[in-house]
Amino acid sequence: MPEGNGAASAPAEKPVHGKIFMPFRVVVTIALNGLKIRFWRSMVTASGIFLSIAFFSYVLTNLMLAPNMTMDERHRQTFLAMISVVVAGVGITNSMLMSVTERFREIGTMKCLGAPDSFVVKLFFVEAAFMGLVSSTAGFALGLAAALVLLAVGAPGVEFSLPRIFTVLVWSVSVGVFITFGAAYFPAQQAAKMPAASALRTDI
Amino acid sequence: MAATEYIVRTKEVRKEFKMGTETMKALNGVSVDVKRGEYISIMGPSGSGKSTLFNAIGGLDKPDSGSVFINDVDMAQLDANELAFLRCHTIGYIFQTFNLITVMTALENVRLPTIFAGMSAEEGELRAMKLLDVVGLGHRYNHKPSELSGGQQQRVAIARSLANNPSLILADEPTGNLDSKTGAEIIDLLRRLNKEEGVTVISATHDYKMLDVSDRIIWIRDGVVEKIELRADLSIQLGGMQTPAGAH
Repeated sequence: MPEGNGAASAPAEKPVHGKIFMPFRVVVTIALNGLKIRFWRSMVTASGIFLSIAFFSYVLTNLMLAPNMTMDERHRQTFLAMISVVVAGVGITNSMLMSVTERFREIGTMKCLGAPDSFVVKLFFVEAAFMGLVSSTAGFALGLAAALVLLAVGAPGVEFSLPRIFTVLVWSVSVGVFITFGAAYFPAQQAAKMPAASALRTDI
Repeated sequence: MAATEYIVRTKEVRKEFKMGTETMKALNGVSVDVKRGEYISIMGPSGSGKSTLFNAIGGLDKPDSGSVFINDVDMAQLDANELAFLRCHTIGYIFQTFNLITVMTALENVRLPTIFAGMSAEEGELRAMKLLDVVGLGHRYNHKPSELSGGQQQRVAIARSLANNPSLILADEPTGNLDSKTGAEIIDLLRRLNKEEGVTVISATHDYKMLDVSDRIIWIRDGVVEKIELRADLSIQLGGMQTPAGAH
């Protein structure tokens, strides 16, 4: 056997069965690092979530806190809130699909280095979760602030009930994270299941 | 267990691609055997099937029929996780387009496979630095791929392919995107690694400079093996255009 300088010492036969190590901490690090580097790109996706949830939160706050709303008005506002969520979902799905597609080659490469399929899925989910959480919380804050300001100006004597505001928070963040996850789900699965060769063949 | 003599064996590998209504037979029954420690070049024109063969050997794509054995293990019997394990520990890949992760530095790129292998952060970094030194890029460990030249990126890719001490290196047109001088350096590096470290190298290539350092050359055309030649039997003449005597 040739004696080298130890860079790759006499490779003997290696077993086939074994574990690929993928501590969750590492997935999180790589995911967050990726978001940080692709900051501006992530911002575009994030602002989609941010603005939609802001609107959603604004409408919901109104529904919860505004006194003397007619049933008609309530229905209209609820409808608006639901539409805003759907619009958000569509926009975010588009951004997520684009983000996955432009990283096909990177994913194919990672697979060649030994990344299991589950790694790819986890990576996208962590990114989606983080983005969804941060953007939704920020969106909630903006929507809430807008609603409160307008209520205080237009309808003095409004009860600022904290439990209700908390409900709005929970709803806003849940909806935001839910759509972000949903939007990431299909593209992530697709990327994970692609055989490495097709991923690398992409001309992007 | 003694190491097997043949690190790669393919038996009657076939693969078709459907393009619209037409079917293209990329590989039409290819059987090759590669011994441990050899340096093999797979040569052939575009569309000959050499990339498809390369993908089949490397587990990047499943053949339609036939078998590929790596260390006497049938690749078709492996599930996705076992395949990932094989890619992590036994095979190192080098591509024409380098395929480095653009958001990571050279060091992080070389270290990445060691993460999947379960090495600790310190061990992984030590190994990555060592490999970068072997390829002559120790001083650029902190640079991202965008800050490195093509030749340097390929060197990083080579260092990365060695991260987990693989038995086999698969190189798909490693000099395809490089000028001839840089290409020659890369080929030299691969040859050194093959001779000094005993790593088997299989390279799919157009580059005639690769012929000079190979032990055997497998010529592929139209999805079948045309011939297999030993380096010793080849006489290579590289040069510019030759004009017939008397012409100008």
